[in-house]
Amino acid sequence: MADPITLTIDGRQVKVPAGTLVIEAAKTVGIEVPSFCYYEGFSLQAACRMCLVEVEKMPKLQPGCTLPAAEGMVVYTESPKVVEARKGMLEFLLSNHPLDCPVCDKGGECELQDMTFRYGAGESRFVEIKHHVDEKQWSPAVYYDAARCILCYRCIRVCDEGLGVGALGLTYRGVAAEITPSHGDHLECDECGWCIDVCPVGALTSGTYRYKSRPWEMSYAGTICTHCSDGCKTTLSVRNGEVIRANNRDRSGVNGEFLCVKGRFGFDFVHSEERLQSPLLRKDGKLEPVSWSEALAAVAARFGEVKARNGKFGILGSTHTTNEENYFLQKFARQGLGTANIDHHRSGDVPALLDALSGKTGKLASSADLYNAKAALVIGSDLAQQHPFLAFQLRANFRHHQAAVYTVTSGTVREEQYAAKSLHCEAGQELASAQSLAEDLKKHGDLVILFGDAVRGQAVSQLVAFGESLGIPVKYVCLVDYANSRGAMDMGLLPDLGPGYHAAPAVGLSRDEMLAAADLDVLWVVGSNPFKTTAPAGTKTFTVVQDLFLTETAQRADVVLPAASAYEKNGTVTNVCGEVQRLKQGPKVMGTKSDLEIFGLLAKELGLNLGIWTADKVFEEIRRTVPGYNVPLPVIATGGAAQTAAVNGGVPSKGKPEYIRSAGDTLFTSGTLGRYSKMLNRVMEAPGQLYKP
Amino acid sequence: MTFSPELEAKFAKMIQNYPPGRQKGALIPMLLFAQDEVGSMTPELIDEVSKRLKVNRVEIEEVIGYYTMLTREPRGKHHVQICTNVSCMLTGGEELYQHACKKLGIGNKQKTADGQFSLEEVECLGACSWAPAMMVDYDFHFNVTPEKLDGLIESLKKTQ
Repeated sequence: MADPITLTIDGRQVKVPAGTLVIEAAKTVGIEVPSFCYYEGFSLQAACRMCLVEVEKMPKLQPGCTLPAAEGMVVYTESPKVVEARKGMLEFLLSNHPLDCPVCDKGGECELQDMTFRYGAGESRFVEIKHHVDEKQWSPAVYYDAARCILCYRCIRVCDEGLGVGALGLTYRGVAAEITPSHGDHLECDECGWCIDVCPVGALTSGTYRYKSRPWEMSYAGTICTHCSDGCKTTLSVRNGEVIRANNRDRSGVNGEFLCVKGRFGFDFVHSEERLQSPLLRKDGKLEPVSWSEALAAVAARFGEVKARNGKFGILGSTHTTNEENYFLQKFARQGLGTANIDHHRSGDVPALLDALSGKTGKLASSADLYNAKAALVIGSDLAQQHPFLAFQLRANFRHHQAAVYTVTSGTVREEQYAAKSLHCEAGQELASAQSLAEDLKKHGDLVILFGDAVRGQAVSQLVAFGESLGIPVKYVCLVDYANSRGAMDMGLLPDLGPGYHAAPAVGLSRDEMLAAADLDVLWVVGSNPFKTTAPAGTKTFTVVQDLFLTETAQRADVVLPAASAYEKNGTVTNVCGEVQRLKQGPKVMGTKSDLEIFGLLAKELGLNLGIWTADKVFEEIRRTVPGYNVPLPVIATGGAAQTAAVNGGVPSKGKPEYIRSAGDTLFTSGTLGRYSKMLNRVMEAPGQLYKP
Repeated sequence: MTFSPELEAKFAKMIQNYPPGRQKGALIPMLLFAQDEVGSMTPELIDEVSKRLKVNRVEIEEVIGYYTMLTREPRGKHHVQICTNVSCMLTGGEELYQHACKKLGIGNKQKTADGQFSLEEVECLGACSWAPAMMVDYDFHFNVTPEKLDGLIESLKKTQ
């Protein structure tokens, strides 16, 4: 870094690195220079003129957002000239801005309101009739009210630079100028809705939230998105027990403000009419609603009976439930029921990666590493579709640090727009193709390798050997599908491995083998829908399903227990980069119980002593017993992310890598949850397609 | 969509005027020449130019919205543009424009029923020294009086 420079802002000495903008320099000493168009992390615009500051020896006021701080510069941010200029700018902005604040979605959290309150003039000299334009609907998610727009270009820049979509532009001039969507009258884009969040006024409004509430009438719960495995923080706005908005304006969490369509709009499955709100018990071949006590007693009775005669259990865990629930479930299975048959839908070979990296430290990339690495190699994943946040990190890295991104895929991916080199190959040949990039990769200071389910089993150790042969520091990310896919493995929902990838006392059946076993006495499916693709072989199997919806699996169950979704729970989840983060309960759906509570009640009914079943207590046990999970509690408790590696040593079992496969969700699908989200189904881009040219 | 062979040849030559990777610069001339042939900025035309120059569709929309010489509505065979900016207004441009409206029986950005003429009130044409000024298609006319305008329109009608 260049030598720091010293300047004076409002009489205070400020020391900043060379190249820092005046607006940022002021921030470091707690001086706010107001602005609309300036947005950290995106290109400079200098369109709004709100940030004008007075600089000694400069004849005119200067925009603080584009002026780099210089040695000895003397800046005034509150001089009479500046105050007058701000008043004038606000008077201009308000000259055609409708004063419909009482009904505007943004009212209460509007930057124009705040600035007028703080810096504005109470009166306007303009008496002209305002130019009115009717609101337009651009997509189910995005609405535009041109009259409210102050033309700050924020939406255009986040879409173009942040997402690489470029679906918004500005057309016409002067008073007629307005934002235009990609297809004239409608949007075709990622439908992420970031444009709505960054809009400083109420010009862009959200299809799910508009005209529903005032921001001060809601309670907020910062939790982790339950869709893909990237682990984005999403803050749920809850009103009268109903989630009506999700965003992350406070930039907490690994993702800052970034969210994709699932994080911002995909929460509506929570309030789907099809949510199960009462346990169902099969009576005379039909599923009938029953009380919780009746349902739990029925399950416990059968579990007890099968256990007593040493019958055969099969247990399928979930990739959406919390670490605490997964840990408790495997304990329930191994200690409580004495079975080794436990597994989940595996989508990436994390055990093989940990095994290959045995003895090495600092080899697992965090999501921040994707933004800071000099180079990245993506193998066998349509990242922008399957891992929107990771793709955003790479793109931001390229924009800010000119990182070299390489892709090796079986089809076209969006990263190719800016990638240093992209290779296409037959599906399954990804690893072999990637090795031809060795000479290119060696040139860079460090590298992050991201690989999907195309690389599994033996291929993972080949990949690691290849990475280590490059002679540069390399970190790895094994891409997995869902919110807690990684946690499910770390917590030992595997037939051969217990929590922390320790060898399980006995090796049980894997998921596919359980479904193919005709002699299972009990199949207990927690938050998973295996029967959608595979019909179970067992005809006499007693099937218990815990789920949010009457899925294909639940329809064939003997007992269905209505579970709470991740948004209705407390606990922790682990994202694709191994970052542990906390879930915070937002709404509550009547009639449901969290999976942990269901496990606890069943254990009690069966007379098993598995410990206290509150999320906090189980997490304490996890911290004590699972290697790597001894994460700093203050970080977790304050909503931070703590990276973990659940093992550093050889993994004693190779498992059955042939059963590892990604569900291949796109940006607009999310397994079972996605099917029950109206918004994800209503946008015209849905369901989308991987490797779309 | 396809253009006439002459226009295609023009485009092929034009593209070479820009250094590699900067072909985007051909956007405005390409739109202008294409408009002369197609008549207006049709969605098909925008798609075609977007494909050829590898420019995002929205960026083309931005350019079309910004420049008044690009139009989404087809114009008349002859496009009459009359300046009413300061210099022209002081020397009778405003009256000239009103006269043209009456003469052609149309208003700003409208087209005569027979499709022969369209009229537009424009900002400075850069001919203040010879105000009032007007443009018909690509031709300038200086020191225009209502009589000169009548004569011009009659002669254009005759050349149909």
